[in-house]
Amino acid sequence: MPTRWFGERIPRNEDPRLLTGRGMYVDDVRRPGTLHAAFYRSPHAHARILRIATDQAKALPGVVAVVTAQDLPERIRGPLPKLIPHPALVHHKTQVALAGEVVRHVGEPIALVVAESRYIAEDALELIAVEFEVLPAAVDLEAAAKPGAPRVHADMADNIAAHHIQRAGNVEEAFAKAPHVFRERFTMDRGSSAPMETRGVVAEWDPRSHQLTVWDSTQAPIRIRNYLSDLLGLPQANVRVIAPDIGGGFGPKIMMCYPEEISIPWAAMVLERPVKWIEDRREHFVATNHERLQIHDAEIAVDADGRILGVRTTYLHDCGAYCAYGLTVPIVSGTTLPGPYKIPNYHAEYRAVFTNKTQTSPYRGAGRPHGVFVMERLMDRVARELGIDRAEVRRRNFIQPHEFPYDLGGLIYQDGVRLVYDSGNYPEVFRKTLDHIGYADWAAQKARHRREGRRVGLGFAFYVEGTGIGPYEGCRITVEPSGKVYVATSVGTQGQGHYTSFAQIVADALGTDVRDVIVTTGDSGAFGWGTGTFASRAAVVAGNAVALAAGAVRQKTLQVAATLLEARVDDLELAEGKVFVRGVPGRAVMLGQVAAAANPLRGVIPQEWEGPGLEATRYFAPPSGAFAAGCHAALVEVDTETGLIRFLRYVVVHDCGPVINPMILEGQVRGGVAQGIGNAFYEKLVYDEQGQLLTQTFMDYLLPTVAEVPAVEVDHVETPSPLNPLGIKGAGEAGVIPVPALVASALDDALSEEGVRITEMPLSPSRLREILREAQTAPTPA
Amino acid sequence: MNGDPAHTTPAQAPARVPARRKRRLREPQSALTIRFTVNGETVERTVEVRKTLADFLREDLGLTGTHLGCEHGVCGACTVLLNGEPVRSCLLFAVQAAGAGIETVESLAPGEGLHPVQAAFREHHGLQCGFCTPGFLMSAVALLRDHAEPTEEQILETLGGHLCRCTGYQGIVEAVRAAARTWQR
Amino acid sequence: MKPAPFRYVAPRSVDETLALLAEHGAEGKILAGGQSLVPLLNMRLARPQVIVDINGIRSLAYIRRKDDRLHMGALTRQRAVEESATVRRQVPLLWEAIRFVGHPQIRTRGTVGGSLAHADPSAELPAVVAALDAELVVRSPSGERALSPGEFFAGYLTTALEPTEVLTEIRFPVLPERTGTAFVEVARRHGDFALVGVAAVVRRRDGTIAEARLAFTGVGPGPVRVREAEGRLAGSAGTPRVFADAAREAGARLDPEGDIHATAQYRREVAAVLTRRALELAWQRSGGRTR
Repeated sequence: MPTRWFGERIPRNEDPRLLTGRGMYVDDVRRPGTLHAAFYRSPHAHARILRIATDQAKALPGVVAVVTAQDLPERIRGPLPKLIPHPALVHHKTQVALAGEVVRHVGEPIALVVAESRYIAEDALELIAVEFEVLPAAVDLEAAAKPGAPRVHADMADNIAAHHIQRAGNVEEAFAKAPHVFRERFTMDRGSSAPMETRGVVAEWDPRSHQLTVWDSTQAPIRIRNYLSDLLGLPQANVRVIAPDIGGGFGPKIMMCYPEEISIPWAAMVLERPVKWIEDRREHFVATNHERLQIHDAEIAVDADGRILGVRTTYLHDCGAYCAYGLTVPIVSGTTLPGPYKIPNYHAEYRAVFTNKTQTSPYRGAGRPHGVFVMERLMDRVARELGIDRAEVRRRNFIQPHEFPYDLGGLIYQDGVRLVYDSGNYPEVFRKTLDHIGYADWAAQKARHRREGRRVGLGFAFYVEGTGIGPYEGCRITVEPSGKVYVATSVGTQGQGHYTSFAQIVADALGTDVRDVIVTTGDSGAFGWGTGTFASRAAVVAGNAVALAAGAVRQKTLQVAATLLEARVDDLELAEGKVFVRGVPGRAVMLGQVAAAANPLRGVIPQEWEGPGLEATRYFAPPSGAFAAGCHAALVEVDTETGLIRFLRYVVVHDCGPVINPMILEGQVRGGVAQGIGNAFYEKLVYDEQGQLLTQTFMDYLLPTVAEVPAVEVDHVETPSPLNPLGIKGAGEAGVIPVPALVASALDDALSEEGVRITEMPLSPSRLREILREAQTAPTPA
Repeated sequence: MNGDPAHTTPAQAPARVPARRKRRLREPQSALTIRFTVNGETVERTVEVRKTLADFLREDLGLTGTHLGCEHGVCGACTVLLNGEPVRSCLLFAVQAAGAGIETVESLAPGEGLHPVQAAFREHHGLQCGFCTPGFLMSAVALLRDHAEPTEEQILETLGGHLCRCTGYQGIVEAVRAAARTWQR
Repeated sequence: MKPAPFRYVAPRSVDETLALLAEHGAEGKILAGGQSLVPLLNMRLARPQVIVDINGIRSLAYIRRKDDRLHMGALTRQRAVEESATVRRQVPLLWEAIRFVGHPQIRTRGTVGGSLAHADPSAELPAVVAALDAELVVRSPSGERALSPGEFFAGYLTTALEPTEVLTEIRFPVLPERTGTAFVEVARRHGDFALVGVAAVVRRRDGTIAEARLAFTGVGPGPVRVREAEGRLAGSAGTPRVFADAAREAGARLDPEGDIHATAQYRREVAAVLTRRALELAWQRSGGRTR
């Protein structure tokens, strides 16, 4: 094919719309007669509801309805769907649309107010009176895991939702025989994805046509459609869920059947007026899922050369009050931990624990940051203890390029498939990284800084990232008589540039201009079979479906054009929006003409065409995930007097196979790094002992600004994946995954004189000074 | 997809007490009729006094390009220009804009094509989901109008008043640097 | 996050403002820049019945030199201060500190008087005012009074302002020659409220410190002066040893509280660090040489 869009840094198709303020986010959806909703949310972490008084609220002028659990039909009054079951998830507890008897976290919705404006709805909230019997709350993760802790769910004997073990080889034997064993405890604390756009739902019911239309700031519109159909008793064909422009997803918007996603559509049906609910920022902090809190006890067994004999970790995962989404995060932690290293004996064991806090579900990284933090910290520990260079000890343990596909010995990944790395070149990624950051002469550089009174550290962290998992995604491509190509896919977009990257794939296949390819995503009415955008899979899974459909349309185009041009298919080329005979550019026909010819008004169409039009629908169902990898390195300066840190340089070398649009990829990496820096030094959700969330605004939950995020230098290695036609791997989470490990590594290096060993995230200037002081006063580590 | 804007509460009797009658104190009102320009056009509306400028622009005028990210003045997504200066429209009440000139993102490229600052954002990948973008654009436009050759420090200081969760900021910084050069102003 | 209902009035003069405040008393609240108040309104943490918007009182925004003071109208925008060559020359401590106040977009609306009247314990301007012993002029129906910072700042988010009073003017002393000032702070992110901040003033006589002032933010309910340290500095040479002693003294005297962002110990220790840094800077700027 002469034109190549794949691999080019093409400016995005969607930008003009977004730049001119013509995007349509859920709050921009305006329907005649819309009413506005607000929720009365629990002020307590754990309480029994004794009485709800709504009469005063109902009487406020402008209030149309005040709904509590008892008003809901039975089908949506009880626990909402279990999303991803797992045999280990014995207690798969889920949230309800409106709490009627018990509330289990601050922010849980109890009453729904619908009014003429959000202002009035909020006024009405203040007129609702709820009588509670406050119950003891299980807040601290370790305390909640112990027998005798206040039970989040009264019908359970304790707070353990699941206990799950994954093993490879024989760790007991390995540890028993090992010359060296090092133990450490690692903690990563709660965080929020905090997209700039909070969640929101607009629902409209047409009682004449029996059609429900829902605009939802979700990463999974098709599945929401399916759940709504089931819960509200409507045919799927009568429900349309549209994920319009979305101001950032990052994971928590893949959670399905949030209470509001169910109660708002139901309210629209009952009131027969459109209902809009837009989450405000304070609500978002308590009502949209969190993640990140896990405590790992880990140990590594090595021989005298630092070669890994075994790794073992037991950890606690904080589910929050429910675990509708299931065990994805802790499973991913356990299966990401091995990383790029050969670990013959492995044991990952966790307990998923209920607490009286907001529910958790995957947030960019989804457990991988924890796995990487543990493993990379252990490797640095081995290096330090055995006096081996930190880079060398890793090289000695890398899986080598010729050893793929590499089976991890029986671990099962989040997709239920045996964990096997498909391809990669870890030594090359590592070499490039160290080269870029100047590792070879770092010792001299560091000494130079030291003489100037500056404490600078070099850190690096390596990760292997499972991407592109199934079950499947789909795509339908149609060439219209105008010559423009319309692509409908099953995933949604939250800024990843699908409108452009998918168009690049299609433009290549059909020889058109990328601007003539119009992509629709996230609309169950446009495409009805799909899973959603999560786990770094959209480009891989949907992208390949796009490629397959584009290939099919290409074939059809050639077939039909061959008839038109009275030529053989093999003699035809597609380029510049035309089909022409190779070597005879004059003998050509426009793509649009071919499309028209494929749909004649009369006559006969050949059997081989298998139907009219230039259109094809294809699905891609990967057999397993494709494994990307990468390494981050940075120079970090510490002001030991104030505990403030500064990035002097930041380097990423990333391998996600062939890259569709390098500009988009780098943007994804840089955005991820910024969130990772947030996870390392700024962002912490703080609960007090009563389960009150103390960080409910952007004044207390600190997102990095331009001043806190360095320029990131990005380089690539490409090891294609054999698992899909395009050979690509996912990249959406790559930026965030190793950052906490990297920052810890850099700080250990900067503060090596004091023997600092960072084992917790996030830090803060205050905490860093504490750690420094503890290290200075501690006896010399053994 | 467009319909009528949401209704606000009805206004009370017109507010202003003539200045002559100094003895009578101005009476605080729940609603006022206000007049100001938005994107060059005169607007006159009656509005509840507690309605923020951001909500007014979005709901009463249908200018949904200005977004709400936090409603407490930190994220900057709601930034518009008031008499040429960048302000948080979530921290202003619509009635406070009386007599002022407001510019929103919709004013930058009224026809086809993109404003030079917008074009620079596109070229340098200064946006991903686009939600924070209008706020950034307005601050950038104000900065570049005031400074023919803004220093790096001035650029970072201006951009520091905005949060972006998608880009990691690099593309935005590069876009503003580029626009400083390419925008003939 | 929408505010609770209120009524709104926009007076055109200070007299009118006072009359309105007298009428509505504790139910009324002045709205100046709104950068502190409106978030509270939006979150319904503040619910005044009547908002008195003074942004239309042009006569309250000015910067005027009068004798040895710079008189600044309370409604002067922080941005105007930042852009004022007069302030930069004549009250450099204020000019230096104002650039730590939020971000340009905040400073467009935020006012000097508003920040002081809001009295956030981690705000920068109260420390500046305390270090300079600026006068805060308060007007009430019965007349005008000029308060010292010690009289004005009354505690956590509290000032001596009665509900019927308005802060109208701040009078900043224009310091004599051979006086150096410095404002330094530590914040988690650029533009955030200070975890700890120090405003330092050093007046030099030949090679010694004739007089020094140290005012802290982030370590108490309001701005804190450490007079013991100030006293020790007076008459001392401008040496690193002296600054370090003062830093230690300050650290020992301060009694900050901890919160989720920083412990009390951190604030105390960093206050000492910043004291040293601020004194070094102020001394240099006074024309002193560090031995």
